[in-house]
Amino acid sequence: MTDASLPKIAAPRGALARLMRRKLALFGIALIVLTVGAAIAAPWLTSYAPQEQMFDGLTIEGAPLPPGDAFVLGTDLLGRDLFSRILYGARTSLIIGVVANGLALVIGTLVGVTAGYFRGWIGTVLMRFTDLMMAFPALLLAICLAAIFQPSLWIVAMVIALVNWVQTARVLYTETTSLAEREFIAAERTLGAGHGRILFLHILPHLVPTIIVWGTLGISTTVLLEATLSFLGVGVQPPTPSWGNIIFENQTYFQSAPWLVFFPGAAILVLALAFNLVGDALRDVLDPTQRGRD
Amino acid sequence: MTAAPMPISGAVNAPDNRPLLAVEGLTVSVNTESGLRPLVSDLSFTLARGETLAIAGESGSGKSITSLAVMGLLPPPAVRITGGMVRLGETELTGLPEAQMQAIRGNRIAMIFQEPMTSLNPVLTIGTQLTEAIEAHEPLPRAEAQARALAALQAVRMSEPARRMRQYPHELSGGMRQRVMIAMAIALRPDVLIADEPTTALDVTVQREVLDLLRDLQREMGTAIILITHDMGVVAEMADRVIVMQAGRMVEEAPVRTLFAAPKAAYTRALLDAVPRMGQGALRGAGAAHRAPLAMLRDLRVTYDSRGGLLGRVTHRTHAVAGVSFDIGQGETFALVGESGCGKSTIARAIVGLAPFTGQIEINGRPLGPVLPKAARRDVQLIFQDPMASLDPRMTVGNLVCEPLVIHGIGTPETRRAQARDLFEKVGLSPDQLDRYPHEFSGGQRQRICIARALALRPKLIIADESVSALDVSVQARVLELLRALKDEFGLSYLFISHDMAVVENIADRVGVMYLGQIVELGTRAQVFGNPQHPYTRRLIEAVPVPDPTHIRTQTTRPSGEVPSPLRRLGEVPEPLHLVDIGDGHLVAR
Repeated sequence: MTDASLPKIAAPRGALARLMRRKLALFGIALIVLTVGAAIAAPWLTSYAPQEQMFDGLTIEGAPLPPGDAFVLGTDLLGRDLFSRILYGARTSLIIGVVANGLALVIGTLVGVTAGYFRGWIGTVLMRFTDLMMAFPALLLAICLAAIFQPSLWIVAMVIALVNWVQTARVLYTETTSLAEREFIAAERTLGAGHGRILFLHILPHLVPTIIVWGTLGISTTVLLEATLSFLGVGVQPPTPSWGNIIFENQTYFQSAPWLVFFPGAAILVLALAFNLVGDALRDVLDPTQRGRD
Repeated sequence: MTAAPMPISGAVNAPDNRPLLAVEGLTVSVNTESGLRPLVSDLSFTLARGETLAIAGESGSGKSITSLAVMGLLPPPAVRITGGMVRLGETELTGLPEAQMQAIRGNRIAMIFQEPMTSLNPVLTIGTQLTEAIEAHEPLPRAEAQARALAALQAVRMSEPARRMRQYPHELSGGMRQRVMIAMAIALRPDVLIADEPTTALDVTVQREVLDLLRDLQREMGTAIILITHDMGVVAEMADRVIVMQAGRMVEEAPVRTLFAAPKAAYTRALLDAVPRMGQGALRGAGAAHRAPLAMLRDLRVTYDSRGGLLGRVTHRTHAVAGVSFDIGQGETFALVGESGCGKSTIARAIVGLAPFTGQIEINGRPLGPVLPKAARRDVQLIFQDPMASLDPRMTVGNLVCEPLVIHGIGTPETRRAQARDLFEKVGLSPDQLDRYPHEFSGGQRQRICIARALALRPKLIIADESVSALDVSVQARVLELLRALKDEFGLSYLFISHDMAVVENIADRVGVMYLGQIVELGTRAQVFGNPQHPYTRRLIEAVPVPDPTHIRTQTTRPSGEVPSPLRRLGEVPEPLHLVDIGDGHLVAR
C-alpha cells in the first residue's frame, strides 16, 4: 500500500538534484566553498603575511588594534593581521578536517564492517577494542599521543584520526550485522559469491549513506578537536596559525581584546555549521525511507 | 434523519432495518508530488448487526485503507478522507475530533491486525495489556478490570488463562497471540469488529481454530464483523456478504453464495478462477511413475544449539531437521508441506549450503559436504519467499540476473547481457527493463526476476521456498504456470516448499508431509491427497478453507494444545519415526 503510494525515484538518480533543492544544504555548500576558496586564495586576499609583526599593528602602548580600516579584523598581541591569520589558519583547519577525518573514516569502516560481517572471535576482539577506545577519554588520549610525538600538523591529524574512528566503527558494525542477515545476502551466498564480492558489491554500497553522514559530521568534530588540542598547546605549533591556536594564544586578553577570540571562534562555528547542514541534508536525500518527504 | 438510500442486501440478516455502520461515497486520497491521488474512490456499503461482511481484493485494492479510514487511523498527514462519510449508528465518524474517536475506538469498533506479534507490546504482560485496554474505556476498579480480562481470555478459549495473564507475548505461539488480540478486541463487546487479514500470518490448522473462534464469538455476542482478506477460501467460509474491490473501487457486492455461484464482474470471475482448489491437481494426470533420482537425501539432520547459564554452555538443542530421507527424481516436482517450524525451509537451506548439516546429500551423483563447492552450486538454485528481500535494492535487475554468471566466470559482459535479455523474455518480462531497479517492479515481476536469476546457471534443481506465498492469487497462478512451463523447457526438477496445501496439490508430483523435523507421510500426490493415512496429514488437508460457500465442513475434533517444540535438552534426541510402505511407495509414519 505505502509502497505504491510513494513516488518512484531510483536511488542514485536525482539524489544530487534533490540535494540542490534543499536551501539549507545549498547554504552549507556555499559556506564550505567560500572557506576553501579563501584558504587557497589567502595570499591574494590578504595585504599582510600571517607571521609578519607590524609596528603599526599595535597602539603606542603596545595593545592590539581593534577591527578598523587598516586591519579589517584587527591585530593580535604581536601586531599580526588577524584577518590574514584566520585565512591561513583555515588551511590547517581544513587539512585536519579532511585528512584526519578521512583517515578516521577509513579505520572505522574497516573495523566496523569486518567485525560486523565476520562476527565470531574476529568481531569480538575488534569490537571489544573499540569499546575500550570509547571508554577511554578521547581528549586525554589525544594529549598523551600528542605529547609523545613532536607536534606537527600531520601528527595532529594522525592523533585525531586515532581517537575519532570509534563512533564510525560502532555505527557501521551494527548496520553491517543487520545487513549481513538480510535475505539478499543469503541469496548471493547461494549463488556462490565470495566474501570479497559480498562485502564490496553488496554491503558497502548500502553503507555509503551512513559513511557520508559520519564523514560530514566528523569534519566539524575534528576541526573542533584540533582547536581544543591547539588551545591546550599540544596541537599545531606557533607561529603556524590555526583557528584553535589563535584562540589559545589570546584567551587571556579576552576582556581587553575580545575580537581576537570572537573571530576565529566564529569561523569554527560557521564551518562546523556548514558541514552539519550538508551532512544532515545528505542523510535525508540518500535515505530511501525519507523519499517523497522533501 | 438518517434516511440514506440503503442497499437491500445489507438488511438481509439484520433484525432491524437500520444499519449499524454505514459508509457512503468514501474517498480516501494520498497527497503526492503530483497532487491528490485516490486510494479508495466512492465506496459505499452498510453493515447490519450480527453480519459478517467480507472485503476481498488483491494488494493495492484499498481494502486495508478502507478499514483504517473507518477506524480513523489513516496515516497522517499524507493520507486522508477527501470525500464521503462513515456513520456508526447515529454518530458520524468522519471529522470527529480525535478525543471522541479514541472513546469509540476499541470500545464500539475494535480491530484485529494481521501480525499479532507486532501489535502487542513485547515488554508488558498479556494481563497488563488487556486490563489497560479495558480501563481505557471503562472506569472500573483494577480487580474488576482484571476479572473482565480473564473472562475475555476464557472466551477466546485460551488454555490456562490465569497463567497466560502473567506471560509476555514472546512466550506465546502465533495462534495464541492472535487469540490475545481477539480477546482484547472483544473484551469491551464492540458493535463492530474489523479483522484485517486476521489469519494470513498463521498456519492452516491455527487459521482453522481462529476462524472457528471468530464465528462462535459472533454467534454468542452478535458482533458485526468486517473481514478483510485476500483469501477467497476464508471469504467463502466466513462471510454473509462480500464486497470485491479492485484498485480502490468496489467492483461487485453480493451475498456470498450468489457471488461464488454467479460472479457478475469479470474481475471477480478472474479472481475466483485463479484460486487454487484442492482436487484440481488430479485432473492433470499422474506424474511419471519412476525416474532416476537427481537428488538424494539420507538421514539429514540440522540442529541449532542454544546456550544458557553463567558460562554460556550449550544446554539445549533445537532439532530443526531430525533425520529426513527422500529422493527427487529427474524432472520431478517434489513438494514438502508442513506448518511453520517443521523444518521444511531448513532442508532447503541445508541443500544450498546456508545451514550446516549432518547426514548425506547427493545432487546429480555428487555428494555435498558441509561446505558446498562452488561448482556444485551451479546445479542447485534457491528462490526465496520474498522477492523484494532477496534482491539487492541497489543493483539494477540486469546486473542481478548476470550476477551468478559473473561469480562463476561465465562469458563476457556482452554475452552475459544477451543471456539476461534472453532470460527476461523466458520469464515473461521485457528486456527493455534490464536497467531498472527492483523497487520499480511489482511483486509478481520481482519473483520472475528471481526466477530468471536462478535459471542463469542452468541448474538441474530449483528449490522454491514458499516462492509464491507472498503473491496475490492471480499473480500466484501465473507464476506457477511459468514454473511449470520452464520445467519442461529447461528439464528442471523442483523442490517445492510450501505451507499451502492447495498450491502443492496443484503443482507437485510427489509430496512429503513434515512435522517436527521429520517426514510423517510421503507419496505421490494422488496417494497423499487421495488417501491420506497419517492423522496429521488429514488434519492439514481438512483445515484448508474451501472456496465454496456451499461446502459443508465435516466437524472434526479440534486439535487441542500447542505444537510441541523441537527444542530439547542436550542429550535428548527426538524419537525417530519409522516409515512403513503401505503400497506403491506410499510411506506413512507408524
